[in-house]
Amino acid sequence: MNPTSLTKTSHGRDDHWLSVTRPTAMTRFFRTFLPWQFVRFIVINFKMMRIIALSHRPPR
Amino acid sequence: MGARVVVLGSGIAGHTAASFLRKWLGKEHQVVVVSPKTDYNWIPSNIWVGVGLLRAGQVLFPLPPVYKRAGIDYRQAKAVAIHPEGAVDAPSPFVEIEYTSPDKQGQHERVAYDYLINATGPKLHFEATPGLGPGQNTVSVCTADHAVEASKLLDEKVERMRKGERQRFLVGVGHGTSTCQGAAFEYIVNLEFELRRRGVRDKADITYLTNEYELGDFGMGGIHLRQGGYTTPSKIFTESLFAERGIDWVTRSHVSKIEPGRAFIETLAGEEKELAFDMAMLLPPFRGAALKAFDKDGVDITSRLFAPSGFMKVDADYTAKPYEQWRAADWPRTYQTEFKNVFAAGIAFAPPHPVSVPRQSLKGTNITPAPPRTGMPSATIAKAVAHSIVDMIHGAKEPTHTASMAEMGAACVASAGANPFTGTAASITVFPIVPDFEKYPEYGRDLKHTFGEIGLAGHWIKILLHHLFLHKAKMRPLWSLIPE
Repeated sequence: MNPTSLTKTSHGRDDHWLSVTRPTAMTRFFRTFLPWQFVRFIVINFKMMRIIALSHRPPR
Repeated sequence: MGARVVVLGSGIAGHTAASFLRKWLGKEHQVVVVSPKTDYNWIPSNIWVGVGLLRAGQVLFPLPPVYKRAGIDYRQAKAVAIHPEGAVDAPSPFVEIEYTSPDKQGQHERVAYDYLINATGPKLHFEATPGLGPGQNTVSVCTADHAVEASKLLDEKVERMRKGERQRFLVGVGHGTSTCQGAAFEYIVNLEFELRRRGVRDKADITYLTNEYELGDFGMGGIHLRQGGYTTPSKIFTESLFAERGIDWVTRSHVSKIEPGRAFIETLAGEEKELAFDMAMLLPPFRGAALKAFDKDGVDITSRLFAPSGFMKVDADYTAKPYEQWRAADWPRTYQTEFKNVFAAGIAFAPPHPVSVPRQSLKGTNITPAPPRTGMPSATIAKAVAHSIVDMIHGAKEPTHTASMAEMGAACVASAGANPFTGTAASITVFPIVPDFEKYPEYGRDLKHTFGEIGLAGHWIKILLHHLFLHKAKMRPLWSLIPE
């Protein structure tokens, strides 16, 4: 298997478990915390509209 | 006398081009769409059909009534050959089509054009890997029908798990040169979410199989995001997302063969391995539609108009050169071919080269993701091409609008679980899609506009986009105000 495949070790854990970044409980909580997600909905929409505006080029 | 614009294909690019051509051109001009399928498919939502959350009817709708209402001439047929110089017995350029409608099945016709847009999209090249694809040993979500089949198989597997059997799921890409890793990513995290929802997650082993050198490459060479005081590669976020969900992964791999329940892979390191599965959803590589081209004397000029991959050559720099010499300027801007009135849009155009670093295994097998051309760039390109053609009909000598993938960004929402309160999605913006290391020497992209975040808000946006884009495709009131 190639180097980035998870494989089990003798103690039952994935051998590079500790090398992978994982979210904290707080991060996971905010991902579905409604008041915060309403704010993020607006912010992400704004960011996407900005990309759309940047991507539609005027006539050359 | 009015002009006739013929659009080959009615997917995201073809339908967008036809809709805007009809809106911008007066009634004296004719817009003709040639497409073998009568249904429009909002492909991004096929993922949810593939895990049983949507029915096929929720991602499909019939195009003929929409085209009739809009005044677009629709022919249910496939394009067979382009004659850009006409023929000895036909002075004008034309495209030869073969009808697929029940009433005219197999009949051929010459459709003359003043302007032609090739938006035939990809041919799903399952044949590239023996044993790959629906009807053989794996399923797919590339079409709504494929996704329905995947959903049925998933139901069977869930029943087995409910009876106590352990099941192995293999999801990813089925060839060393496949693209669309984003769709495979969405399917695997939605699959995992759905298995949890159905209460059988503990009976499932889920593995992601990819040709990417690292997770998070997505055929774009990966992206970098500023978060928590660091500039972090997408590899970190993707690995985190998989590890959090207990999803295993195998990268840097080409699938050489699939047998019932077994995938045979070759890695960049030259190893040959076998992965066992009970259900596999593996995406195929893409080719261009099998179109031919002939000059006025009937001489085959297919290789002049099309790359060996079957995609159409446009105004890109196709000079073969090493990765170190690839430039953003290699990418096409107007999508005009060597024939001034022939354009390609969406997946149908030939990219000058991949975006990801090209790599070969020790045995010489190419294991490099092909560049992605997702919905937003496809539609943006199609709209720019339509705009240029309208201006050329009105007297412009050259295309007036550009849409280089090295100058445009993309906004993408990758579903990671569909539930209005507990679901999440990765919202990503990238600018530009193809990195420009001359303009942005460090990472190739403008990090002010390159952004990623996982959360419920992304899922809400995904739902919103599903309805907005179907509304737009149906050309309902105010459709043209919805951006691509």
